[in-house]
Amino acid sequence: MIEFRNVSKSYDDGTLAVSDLSLIAASHEITVLVGSSGCGKTTLLRMVNRLVTPTSGQVLIDDVDVADRNPVELRRSIGYVMQNSGLLPHRTTVDNIATVPVLQGTPAREARQRAVDLMETVGLDPSMARRYPWQLSGGQQQRVGVARGLAADPNILLMDEPFGAVDPIVRADLQRELLRIQGELGKTILFVTHDIAEAITLGDKIVIVATGGRIAQQGTPEEIMADPADDFVTSFLGLDEARALHVSGRLVVDPTGRPVGRLA
Amino acid sequence: MNFLVAAWEWLADPVNASGPSGWGARTVEHLWYTALATVIACLIGIPLGYAVGHSHRFRTFIVSSTGAARALPTLGVVTLFGLLLGIGLEAPMLAFVLLALPSVLAGAYAGVEGAPRDAVDAARAMGMTEWQILFRVEAPLGMPLLLGGIRSATLQVLATATLAAYVGAGGLGRFLFLGLKTQNYAMMLASSLVVVGLAIAVDLAFEIVDRLVRRSFPTGVGAAV
Repeated sequence: MIEFRNVSKSYDDGTLAVSDLSLIAASHEITVLVGSSGCGKTTLLRMVNRLVTPTSGQVLIDDVDVADRNPVELRRSIGYVMQNSGLLPHRTTVDNIATVPVLQGTPAREARQRAVDLMETVGLDPSMARRYPWQLSGGQQQRVGVARGLAADPNILLMDEPFGAVDPIVRADLQRELLRIQGELGKTILFVTHDIAEAITLGDKIVIVATGGRIAQQGTPEEIMADPADDFVTSFLGLDEARALHVSGRLVVDPTGRPVGRLA
Repeated sequence: MNFLVAAWEWLADPVNASGPSGWGARTVEHLWYTALATVIACLIGIPLGYAVGHSHRFRTFIVSSTGAARALPTLGVVTLFGLLLGIGLEAPMLAFVLLALPSVLAGAYAGVEGAPRDAVDAARAMGMTEWQILFRVEAPLGMPLLLGGIRSATLQVLATATLAAYVGAGGLGRFLFLGLKTQNYAMMLASSLVVVGLAIAVDLAFEIVDRLVRRSFPTGVGAAV
């Protein structure tokens, strides 16, 4: 369980990235932080592994304040997957995946063997093991990134817009894979995205973050869709009047008559 | 052409080539000065460049001071240190280190600082210590740039090491200054040719090392995506 307790983050120039935010991300669930760019969601995520230190308030993992933990050990115990994969360009796929286990002292042979197993878990052909990141497609790089995040078998996985830079078809594919992996592994996942559709697809719980790092609404996808808390949430969900839909034959159309979907 | 022929004959004459003050021994001496100055510059420049590149502090200081150091006229520096330290190798060596330092420093600094921000951020997020980030991520990724810096430093020193003879030390400059005084232009040209030949050979050697380094630290820079 990850708990944010009255956390704020302000910068020297007076920018308030997060203001007095409290939030609980339950264990073995995917909690999605969703909001527009610059709303502070990534800042929140990075507080969990101490890449960002809150100006005030606490972040607790299973009731232990992360500020009391050694940052290096803390980070090794938490998986981190970022946008544009962040793979080390001078290391092969297996060596990238094996990074954290090797840091923790696992013998290289053993770590590599496990890395190859993980490649299978994330849907990568083992023949890519000796390739360098630039020899992989964007989607493959993200899979390597996910495998790397899982390599040390962490309880917590932080994912910062991991599928933001790939095309929609690959993204849908990666989302399905993530749900399948989560079904098997049951990690505590904190997932950041600006894409509400992605949040609804993946989230057991969705937290809509408004500008200035304030929670606009949180709940299950059903709760939020059924009962948006305010106009901001309504427009963020795309449920405002301009998007009021109706059924025309088998098509779902918007007020201007443009088709936006089809009934199954 | 006469001078070239004369220079060649001078080089081919075993009397000029052998012995402790022959051009063979002077070449070895010249290379030794170059290597020594470059190694000392590396010992100072690499740690300093890495520290600045990794911490992103004192960047302006480094950039402006290396710029200023590059503008120093080496002959003037040799003379100045020669007056202070007297005849011998110390003064020119100090000048050569000063000459080599900016390139080495810039190479070390730019290589480390230029490591992809994503990769460095990911390394930190995965739990690498700052030392591990420096030596396992930034330094390997910056290796080609560092090597480029060392390469140009070495070539600069190699070309300038002739000035060592100006304050009484050895090296191929001995023949230049001797030839100038005795109007033996064949000797001057011959020793210049040896310096040029050395420079080309050393540059080629660096080219080979550079390729090996790029093969062991492939960064994908310039590779087809």
